[in-house]
Amino acid sequence: MLLKPQAKKLLTPSKELHNVQRRLFMGRALSLGALAMLTGCEAPADDSTAQSILDAMSRWNDGVQLAIFGENRMAPTYSEADIKDPFPFNAYYGEDEVRIVKEEGYKLELAGLIEKKDPWTLQNLRALPQVSQITRHICVEGWSAIGKWGGVPLGDFLRLVGADTKAKYIDFKCADDYHTSLDMATALHPQTIIALTFRDQTLPPKFGFPMKIRVPTKLGFKNPKHVMAMEVTNDYPGGYWEDQGYNWFSGS
Amino acid sequence: MAKVLVHRLYVRVFHWLNAAAMIMMIMSGWQIYNASPLFEWLSFPRAITLGGWLGGALQWHFAAMWLFVVNLLIYLVLGIVTGHFRRKMFPLTPQAVISDLGKAARGKLAHDSHDYNAVQKLFYLGVTAIMLMTFLSGLVVWKSVQFQALSVIFGNYDTARFIHFCGMSLICAFIVVHIALVAIVPSTLIPMITGRAKPFPNEEHRHVA
Repeated sequence: MLLKPQAKKLLTPSKELHNVQRRLFMGRALSLGALAMLTGCEAPADDSTAQSILDAMSRWNDGVQLAIFGENRMAPTYSEADIKDPFPFNAYYGEDEVRIVKEEGYKLELAGLIEKKDPWTLQNLRALPQVSQITRHICVEGWSAIGKWGGVPLGDFLRLVGADTKAKYIDFKCADDYHTSLDMATALHPQTIIALTFRDQTLPPKFGFPMKIRVPTKLGFKNPKHVMAMEVTNDYPGGYWEDQGYNWFSGS
Repeated sequence: MAKVLVHRLYVRVFHWLNAAAMIMMIMSGWQIYNASPLFEWLSFPRAITLGGWLGGALQWHFAAMWLFVVNLLIYLVLGIVTGHFRRKMFPLTPQAVISDLGKAARGKLAHDSHDYNAVQKLFYLGVTAIMLMTFLSGLVVWKSVQFQALSVIFGNYDTARFIHFCGMSLICAFIVVHIALVAIVPSTLIPMITGRAKPFPNEEHRHVA
């Protein structure tokens, strides 16, 4: 399970818009002077000077990760024999609190910079061309497990509904009150899929029924489950864990 | 007698920035390790970790990473360009290491800042190579998809994580020996701050900076 911050939230979410590209190429590249300042800081992370440097470095790392992200660089794929069984359950709550979403009445809501915002039923999504892949899920905690997910490539879906693929972000809202967001480059990556199956079976509730966004180029917490709505936007959406201090880009 | 230069300014700046970066990297690394220990029998006491929780430790680790790697690369480039490695770390032969280890065992090995003995040379070069290896395996742990070309050396994500841990362990072992020897031969400490030391009385020793 992901560790919850102890006692209080030590880290304040940055409300600032993440314009990562500008920040990387034109912006306040952290100078050696500021790096040198860091060495003077042995203070705990709730010290405001140290924390503001750490926040700035985390945003800098967002930019670096976007710069080194290969739009066509594929995550390694594995064989059926490599699949972890049983595949670990993971969420910000225990397995006994898994949200049950019923297929009847479920519709994926679309919002923001999208031309065709009609909601999608699972039946309609299953009618689209499907792919499946066996990839490694890497948790921010350090462990990893190989699994098999199948569904609709998110990029294909976004183009189909007329999403503005020049927008910066896509935010996902989930039935378990979780949310997280992706950069558009990652959303359009060929291996990023709207996962409807796990190991060729309908996605079970504990792995995110009705759908999980499977992103093999991101850490696990950037793979939202029980997705109810997606929104294309240019306003930095943050996320459940990101707002508490986990690095926003969190690529792998 | 006038003191002579034994450590150039950039070497001293590198040394102390690296010491600070290593402390931050290792202590935050221990906190990150605790979130998902590689070994059931090993977790690090909270008091010696940095960051408070996993998210905080990751912020420290990936901020200090830049200090560590930029500093290390500058040192490596300057060390090659200025002939620092050639003068202070070489020649280095297995015979000299064995001979000096024998002397050390009998308590007859000179340990100074002027002319490194073969064991010192091996240790300083060795820890530099291990830091480089730990950095590269860390890149695979950080971004296993983007740096998958390095998997030729470090294997997959899980093996890279294990190698990264081994690199940390070796660096810690170096630090323990390094600090113990400074405690035994305290005259080596001041030159790493001022750069200068008394000329070595033995004619056979070179004065190299």
